[in-house]
Amino acid sequence: MKQFLIFVKKEWLHIWRDRRTLFILLFMPIIQIILYGFALTNEVKNSKIAIFDQSKDEATVNISDKIAASRYFNLVKNVYSYKDIEATFRKGEIRMAIVFPRGFRYDLLHSNHAQIQLIADASDPNTANTLTNYATSIINDYQQTLNPGEGLPYTIKTQVRMLYNPELKGAYNFVPGVMALVLMLVCAMMTSIAIVKEKEMGTMEVILVSPLKPFRIIIAKTIPYLLVSMLNIASILLLSVYALDVPIAGNLGLLIAESILFTITSLSVGILISNTAKTQQTAMFTSMMSLFLPTLLFSGFMFPIENMPVPLQIISNIVPAKWYFIIVKEVMIKGLGFAAVWKETMILIAMTAALLGVSIYKFKIRLA
Amino acid sequence: MKPITVENIVKTYPAKNGVVTALKGISFAVDKGEIFGLIGPDGAGKTSLFRILTTLLLADSGSASIDGFDVISDYKQIRKRVGYMPGKFSLYQDLSVQENLEFFATIFNTTIKENYDLVKEIYQQIEPFKTRKAGQLSGGMKQKLALCCALIHKPSVLFLDEPTTGVDAVSRKEFWEMLYRLKVQGITMLVSTPYMDEASLCDRVALIQKGELLSVNTPKGITGEFKKPLWSVKANDMFRLMNDIKKDASVESCYPFGQVHHVVFKTQENSKEELERIAYTGNYSEVEINLIEPNIEDCFMALMQA
Repeated sequence: MKQFLIFVKKEWLHIWRDRRTLFILLFMPIIQIILYGFALTNEVKNSKIAIFDQSKDEATVNISDKIAASRYFNLVKNVYSYKDIEATFRKGEIRMAIVFPRGFRYDLLHSNHAQIQLIADASDPNTANTLTNYATSIINDYQQTLNPGEGLPYTIKTQVRMLYNPELKGAYNFVPGVMALVLMLVCAMMTSIAIVKEKEMGTMEVILVSPLKPFRIIIAKTIPYLLVSMLNIASILLLSVYALDVPIAGNLGLLIAESILFTITSLSVGILISNTAKTQQTAMFTSMMSLFLPTLLFSGFMFPIENMPVPLQIISNIVPAKWYFIIVKEVMIKGLGFAAVWKETMILIAMTAALLGVSIYKFKIRLA
Repeated sequence: MKPITVENIVKTYPAKNGVVTALKGISFAVDKGEIFGLIGPDGAGKTSLFRILTTLLLADSGSASIDGFDVISDYKQIRKRVGYMPGKFSLYQDLSVQENLEFFATIFNTTIKENYDLVKEIYQQIEPFKTRKAGQLSGGMKQKLALCCALIHKPSVLFLDEPTTGVDAVSRKEFWEMLYRLKVQGITMLVSTPYMDEASLCDRVALIQKGELLSVNTPKGITGEFKKPLWSVKANDMFRLMNDIKKDASVESCYPFGQVHHVVFKTQENSKEELERIAYTGNYSEVEINLIEPNIEDCFMALMQA
């Protein structure tokens, strides 16, 4: 036990004395959360629009005000001709233009029929779609206020309720994603590098010729990284609750337990990589290729897995991050209990057992 | 039971074209409390042999045992009782001198205090720098620290792979003095070195070349095997002199040795006259010709050509 503790202490000193790496390890998740939370968001907010109002009557001014007041749109320009609209689009000043025809209110009141044209920049199709939808719903809203109570006969109204995330915040999706990404990177990459470093520096040669059991060496090396990961989970959760307003709907204890499980999975992946990698660079590169990209692509955090071709959907099943991502979403966002995630938990446990088994089996008690 | 026995060890490494044979069936044994030197040039197979004996590598064939324990089946026992100092500095560069020593003491289930006597004389020399990081020590101090770390658990057999390579002359001398003090404690040592002059400091030496043992004997015994007279020649133009001597049909070998050339003749008669004749016909000045005692390096050169 004393042997084990001094090894953990030694490993901690390595991490503690390499301040730059420690700084990166602790601040990477914070910076990622801030980046995804405030900069790299696909939410539509404050999109710049222009209005070409040819009637300037009570109705058009009302609608314009409503649109300009919403948080989705930012009215930057009033234009006075179709040519102007085209020019403004070309300059990239706006993403959507709203055109009111001449005599809008007159048409509306007398022929019960008026038209508004929405012109969107569809070079980014998703955004164009979202913007026109938002604008349409604001206009429909106005229409409702025109004839309260009356309503048309035989109307079907859709009532939409966005469960778990009523405000459609992107953060609800990327917080679990960033958690999976950070844990995978810190645990797997850093442990694999830490083990390979001993081989590269030649210190593995000396500690192998000692009574230390080889697998104890590995376990002792992973413990400080487990600690760093716990700090990362704490900082991510604190940031998401207090800076991004993403509440932890479920049981915090369960969430942390599942995170520790995933951390152990990642550590086993790191040990497996270190078994084959000969240099720190190889270890880093292997981790990047086999962990970072699959986690990003196949966890469902950036791209929905359901939209992928079937072969890719099958591949996504072997990415541990996918299962952890599902667990975090269910527990943290939806507030579900263990009953909802037991299957995913079992898959993670099985993966961990398999990875650890292979790592122990393949662990080299000799140099070559 | 001898502390180290090696029998017919063969080790090959895969290479681009076929295999490289690092050790071609090596056998020897080391007695208790002996300083056994493994002398040979770079690439002779010294480090491979060390790694096989310290259970870090598996030999292709042959057997070896340390303190009666087989290097393959009883590797755990061996790892508990030997001290190993690899050729490359292999301590933690970002840990201080004291932290390194404490770490190695603890993983061998002992404490610095318990075996302080053993390392005291060496450790006292680096103790003023005990809070300094190991990576910032000078070459000689690094080797002293590495020796301390290899010794702190009082090993019965000590493996020192090129402990003095890259160390200045004064530190080398000090290092050997330490080894003598350890010998008194009854520790068996296997030391490798590319420096021929260190061979005479060992109790017995094995000359190794291209994976083969050329000779195993005491330093005196090895120089005693050198039967032919050895001549040392010096003149003003050493380069031309070398070529002239090599052209002579009666010369067996001629090689530079520091400031002089060492020459061995095939037959023992008229050797001096022959050298004088070469010097005279070549118009050399400041010629010095002496009959000298062979040293280990001369024996090594002779064995290599045999």
